[in-house]
Amino acid sequence: MALRFEILGRFNRARAAHLTLPHFLCQTPLFMPVGTQGTIKGLTTSQLEDIGCQIILGNTYHLALRPTSELIDELGGLHKFMNWPRALLTDSGGFQMVVVLCLTDTLCTFLDSFRMLICNIVFRYPYCIWLTLLKRVSHFSLIRRFYRTTSRPFMCLYHESLPEFSPVDGKPMLLTPEESIQIQNRIGADIIMALDDVVKTTITGPRIKEAMYRTLRWIDRCIAAHKRPHEQNLFGIVQGGLDPALRDICVRGLVERNLPGYAIGGLAGGEDKDSFWRVVAQCTAALPEDKPRYVMGVGYPLDIVVCSALGADMYDCVYPTRTARFGTALIPEGVLKLKHQAMATDVRPIDPTCECMVCKKYTRAYIHCLVTKDAMGSQLLSYHNLHYMMKLSRDLHSSIVEGRFPEFVCKFLQRMFPKGDVPQWVCNAMEVAGIDISSCCATYSESEDLMLTSKE
Amino acid sequence: MKFAATAAAMGNGRARVGLLHLSTTFSDPIETPALLLTTRKGLPLFIPPDLLPSLPSPHSHLLQFSPLHFLEGISPKTISDVGGLHQMIGLHQHIFVAVPRDSITSIPEHQSTNKTGPSFHTPGGRLLIKPADYMQLVSSMKPDLFVSLADEVPAWVSTKRNTASVDRTLRWLDDCISYNKTGVTVFGSIVGGSRVEERQRCAQEVVKRNVSGYFIGGFGLGESMDERSDLLAAIMDNLPEDKPRQVSGLELPEEVLQGVAAGVDLFDSTYIYHLTIGGFALTLPLETRAGEFPDNELSDSGGSVHANINLKSTIYRKDTSPIIESCECYTCQNHTKAYLNHLFNVHEMLAQTLLEIHNTHHYLGFFRSIREAIKEGRFEQFRRNFIGGRRDNIFISAPSDGTQFNSCA
Ligand SMILES: [Zn+2]
Ligand SMILES: [Zn+2]
Repeated sequence: MALRFEILGRFNRARAAHLTLPHFLCQTPLFMPVGTQGTIKGLTTSQLEDIGCQIILGNTYHLALRPTSELIDELGGLHKFMNWPRALLTDSGGFQMVVVLCLTDTLCTFLDSFRMLICNIVFRYPYCIWLTLLKRVSHFSLIRRFYRTTSRPFMCLYHESLPEFSPVDGKPMLLTPEESIQIQNRIGADIIMALDDVVKTTITGPRIKEAMYRTLRWIDRCIAAHKRPHEQNLFGIVQGGLDPALRDICVRGLVERNLPGYAIGGLAGGEDKDSFWRVVAQCTAALPEDKPRYVMGVGYPLDIVVCSALGADMYDCVYPTRTARFGTALIPEGVLKLKHQAMATDVRPIDPTCECMVCKKYTRAYIHCLVTKDAMGSQLLSYHNLHYMMKLSRDLHSSIVEGRFPEFVCKFLQRMFPKGDVPQWVCNAMEVAGIDISSCCATYSESEDLMLTSKE
Repeated sequence: MKFAATAAAMGNGRARVGLLHLSTTFSDPIETPALLLTTRKGLPLFIPPDLLPSLPSPHSHLLQFSPLHFLEGISPKTISDVGGLHQMIGLHQHIFVAVPRDSITSIPEHQSTNKTGPSFHTPGGRLLIKPADYMQLVSSMKPDLFVSLADEVPAWVSTKRNTASVDRTLRWLDDCISYNKTGVTVFGSIVGGSRVEERQRCAQEVVKRNVSGYFIGGFGLGESMDERSDLLAAIMDNLPEDKPRQVSGLELPEEVLQGVAAGVDLFDSTYIYHLTIGGFALTLPLETRAGEFPDNELSDSGGSVHANINLKSTIYRKDTSPIIESCECYTCQNHTKAYLNHLFNVHEMLAQTLLEIHNTHHYLGFFRSIREAIKEGRFEQFRRNFIGGRRDNIFISAPSDGTQFNSCA
């Protein structure tokens, strides 16, 4: 174990802590921006430090392709390679497989009983045989693509490893738990993730159960393969879809292994919000108090506030930088679409309460004429959006430490929902978190009044 | 605006150093020959505003922009409401120079130009701008100086078309001056294509007008480097010594040296843009000691025959050294060639950001070397050595080098 987790303050389930990693002392709750290929959307590492980023996420899958983990290792690890002095986290590389496996999954659920049959018939022979048979049917290039994306996953799922296809040269890349950890050991991030079998939460049926058990089986192989436990922290990932029973088995299995930290995976994949927070609540309640908890793929400011109230500590998402590329800024009231024509004459800053370099210097009108046309537009918006996320992290931390967390949550919700129309799932989650938000929720009669006044 | 040029010394030919002081800003006076950083909508293409202070000051403070960039997206009224360009871009210490042409996204398009105004190729399509509209943009943006509209024609147009372009350019200059109600400093445009007589006529006419300096347009549009020397000389013979001269269309270091040799004071940085986009790092052989170029610097940079290194090349995959070991720019202080190579391979925007910082920093260093050489009275020698050191450069058009520089020697 190469981390220390020190809780500084609590409010019911929410907690604020110092997370000491090999490269940085972080304050939780914290948001981790995603730097897929060893950089974040045009921002320099000194800018990321200025913004207050504590941990950056790198994608193992992408880094293993280019510049390759061997090269990163040879040049002294990812920290040195990208000149980032603070903490790093790498994912297992398994998530990117969801895309590849998506097709297989759809096929499986649809033709579950014919699964073995399909394997036996279709994939026993090389695709060229099928091509000769089907040559008269026009789309044989499509068949080849279908074959390439589906045959490997099928074969390999039976062999307990996940396949991948390199988009660079099209050669299949096999990813076993051992390989995933070996690659991550070479990259050298402060936190590395165990290889899990990710399944879309919207999928139901035996595939979820299978994925959960596979994740649990793989964790021991990951632990065994981990060569740098004193410099890198291996986090296990709780799977199990939306099924409380499966989640429970998985949590207990992982806690037994006494890992440095735990992640709640398989969420933020299109499930409904009530199911989402219930899974988070269930997992945070069952995970040990003295270990960090990371909710993977969560990045909407509202989700982060809710999850923190439920006792989660870490988050990651591409949302703030991706949305910046499309000209959207994050503000306390929600979002601001800078492409909108109304922005062309708006001489206010993006967020008058924001203290970032962009808000101090620029008007909405100027950003409007940059966005989607010039590279600088998305650079400046990414800067602001990440600043917003980091400010949110700091506010969560300090409000918990200073014992004014409920006030902070209420103020946050009031600004986002000035009419008091806080979504029901947030109200439900806050009730479980033991935070009274009645002051910012419009009661039934009040909302009726509002409707009446708006009609007049 | 104040400008003082020191008289040319013996070893300098017509090259000169000057001190440019634009009193409307709080910026320090700037020594010429100087580089104007080409911007898009007021900011360098990829360098974020918080990294601009890492560039050498005050020589990185001259920013060139095209008012035409703002025609899409933001109205002159809004710019004026914000308080002008300095306020809108948030760079109060910088000097903004409005030039309609930027050689990148606003390129003269002589075929659609008519007597009402010049036409440009822009990302939003062809764009014709009339003097009244142009001056409305200028007065809303309040730049430190602006360049009058010019009908820039390529080298191959007919004599008649060329004469018309001079007539129009002069008329538009009068229009721009009369519309210039806010009294922004104006540089008069000089055109005349590839005809010496027209260049002379245009220069003589512009000198008669009330302008603070001169903008030499119509270059970089198909003329050869050889004929350019005569054209530049024809113009310069007619310009007073005490006013600055700006040029557009001279890109390569060799072309810049040709311009300096002719007596030009201000250049744009289109060259840096093209290098940065292509992934080329500028590694000009800057002088180490007086008059000496480190001649093995070229072979050091990965065996390339020319001085610019291609960061996309696989030879830099494992290269943990900065672009230039002794360079003091943000990029060289913080990142390796291997990292830049990776960023270019995966098409990440940070690649351009970091490279533009280095290239700008390095090119400003090249201008500093030029000024030092002139001050020490050895510019012609500097130019000869520089050209000699880069003779194999693939960017030089082969015929223009030998004969050209022998005649100067
Ligand atoms: Zn901001
Ligand atoms: Zn440098």
